[in-house]
Amino acid sequence: MYIILAWRNIWRNKRRSIITIASITFAVFLASFMRSMQLGSYERMIENAAGFYTGYIQVHQNGYWNEKTIDNSMVQDQVLIEKIESIKGVNVAVPRVESFVLASFGIKTKGSLVMGIDPNKENALTRLKNKLVDGEFLKTNDKSVLVAEGLAEYLKVGVGDSLVMIGQGYHGSNAAGIYPIKGIVKFPVPDQNNQTVYMPLKEAQWLFDVDGRLTSIALVVDKVQMVDRIVTEISSEVDTEKLEIMGWRDLMPDLVQGIEIDNVSGRIMLWILYSVIGFGMFGTFMMMTAERMYEFGVMMSVGMKRIIMQWIIVLEMAMMATIGVLAGIGISLPFLIYYHNNPIMLTGEAAAAIENFGIEAGYFFSLQASLFYNQAWAIFFMAIVLGFYPIYVIQRLKPVEAMREA
Amino acid sequence: MSVIKTENVTKTYNQTKVPVHALNGVNLTIEKGEFTAIVGPSGCGKTTLLNILGGLDHPTEGRVEVADINITDMSDGKLIDFRLQNIGFVFQAYNLIPVLTNKENVEFIMLLQKKDKKTRDDRAMDLLNQMGIADKADQRPSELSGGQQQRVAVARALASKPKVILADEPTANLDSKSTATLLDIMARMNAEENATFVFSTHDQRVIDKAKRVITLEDGVVISDVVCTPKNPN
Repeated sequence: MYIILAWRNIWRNKRRSIITIASITFAVFLASFMRSMQLGSYERMIENAAGFYTGYIQVHQNGYWNEKTIDNSMVQDQVLIEKIESIKGVNVAVPRVESFVLASFGIKTKGSLVMGIDPNKENALTRLKNKLVDGEFLKTNDKSVLVAEGLAEYLKVGVGDSLVMIGQGYHGSNAAGIYPIKGIVKFPVPDQNNQTVYMPLKEAQWLFDVDGRLTSIALVVDKVQMVDRIVTEISSEVDTEKLEIMGWRDLMPDLVQGIEIDNVSGRIMLWILYSVIGFGMFGTFMMMTAERMYEFGVMMSVGMKRIIMQWIIVLEMAMMATIGVLAGIGISLPFLIYYHNNPIMLTGEAAAAIENFGIEAGYFFSLQASLFYNQAWAIFFMAIVLGFYPIYVIQRLKPVEAMREA
Repeated sequence: MSVIKTENVTKTYNQTKVPVHALNGVNLTIEKGEFTAIVGPSGCGKTTLLNILGGLDHPTEGRVEVADINITDMSDGKLIDFRLQNIGFVFQAYNLIPVLTNKENVEFIMLLQKKDKKTRDDRAMDLLNQMGIADKADQRPSELSGGQQQRVAVARALASKPKVILADEPTANLDSKSTATLLDIMARMNAEENATFVFSTHDQRVIDKAKRVITLEDGVVISDVVCTPKNPN
C-alpha cells in the first residue's frame, strides 16, 4: 500500500508533478544529447586514428615505437601472424613497412610517409579502397603507388605521373626509386592526407632493403573494449623481450590526453546542467514539503512512524525521477540514433578551420549504453540527495506544531 | 478501571513575551467505556488537553497515564508507537488521506500495525458497514459529503481497536442531520464495542449525548458532571 500511496501522491498535484518530471526529462534529453555528441567525437577521433592508420593494437620490434627507424624492424614471422589472427576478437593482422622519404615531382619535393602494405589486409583495416578518388587500387605485385590527395596537390601530380622517392634503407643503405602513380586517395585527417604514399609490401621491402622484415603488425579487432584482453593474450604468446605489443592508448597518448582534458570540460558542463535542474527540483520538493506539512502532522498523529513517511517520500521522488529519466531517454534515443547514422558534417570555411587542427569537421554521436545509464544514475543520485530536505523536515516534525502552522 | 489518569497537568506556552497557561493543574480520571465531552469556551484548553492525552504534546508539569502507561516524559519516537496501539483520533477536518479510497483509509492504521490483509479487509468492511457507508468503500474521500467523511474518520479511529478515541470538535463542520447520524454511530460504538470516547465540543447536541461532561475554563476544570444522555439509543 505504501507504493500505491506514493504513486497516487505523485498524481495528487498533477501540474507540479508534470513540471518536475518534465524538468528531469529535459535534463536527461539535453545531457544525453550533449554527452552523446562529445563521446561520439571521441569515438570518431579514435576510429579515425586507429581505423585509418594505427590499428587498435600494434606489434613491433622492442624499441621501434620510441625510435621509428627501419633499423628497428622485425622479422616477418608468418607463424606469428597466423597465431595472432587466431586469437578471439582479432579480425585481421596487417603487416606493414613504414619509413620516411623525400617524394619529388618536377621542382616540388616533400617529406612523405611511405607505407608498404598488403593491399587486401590494409583494406580490411583502413578501408583504403573506399578512399580512392582517382585511378585504381593497388594489387599485391604492383610496382606502383597510391598518393594521398593533399600530397598530390602539393606536388601537382596525378594518376599516370611518376613519383621519385629517395630516403634511407636498412642499416644505412640507399632507398631510391621511381614509381608510377596508380591512384589518389583522400583522407579526412589532414596530417595523413598531406603526406602519405602507399605501395605494395614487397615493393617497400625492396625499396628499403628489408626483405623478409616488417616495421609493424597492426591489428583490427572486433570491439575496442577487447583490446586489453587481446594485448594480454598476445603478450603471453610472444617473447616480450624482443617484441612490444601496444594498445591504442599507448599508440596515441596525445589523443588520449586530449580526450581526457576535453572530457573534463564536458563533465563540468554536465554538472552545471545538473545543478540548474537540481535547483528546479529542489524548489518543487520544498513546495511539496510545505504543502504537505499538515498531512505529515496528521499521519504522525495517527501513528505513522517517521521512517515510513520518509520512505514514502523517497519512493515518490524515485518514481518521478524514474519517469523523467525514462522519458528523457525515450525522447533522446530516436534523435541520437538518427544523428549517429547521419552525422552533422560541416562544410566551407568552418570545416577547413577545424580540419587544420587535424580533426574531421563534423558532429558525431555516440550510442554507448553508459551514456544513458550514467544519466539515470546522476539524476537518481540528485533526486535522492534532494530528498534529504523533506527527510530532514519530517525528522524534526512535531505533529501538533505541523498541524497548527499549516 | 481507569483508562486515562492525569495528575496536576499544566501546560504553559512561552512563544510570546507573556507566558500562556493553557492548562492549569488538571486532574482527571476517565474509566473504560466512558463517553465524555470536554466543553468550554474557545481558548479554554480543550484541544491542548486532548493533545496531551493523545501523546501529541507533553505537559509542562504533572503526570499523564493512558492505558496504564506513563506517557509524561515518553520520547517522540515511542509516543508514535503508543498512539498507534492505544489512541484513535478523529479530527475536526476529517483528515483522511485523499489519495486512498475510504476502505484503504480505514485499513491504513491496521497496515501500520502490521495486521495481515484478511484481517484488515474484514475489519475495514465491517466498520464501514456499521457506519452505513459500505457502498462507498472504493470511493475517494472527496466523493463523500462531510458527514460521510467524518464517519470514515471514526471508522479509521476504531480500526486499530484503541483504548481511547479522542475527537476534537468532531461535529464542528457538519450539518444537523450529519451530526445526529455521527453521534448515533459514536454512541452505538461506545455501547457495542465498549470504546472509550473523549471529545471536545461546543455543540449542545453532542453535549446532550455525553454520559459525562467536563467543563474547562482558563485551563482549569470547573465542573465534572456524570449525566444521563438526553437522547439515548
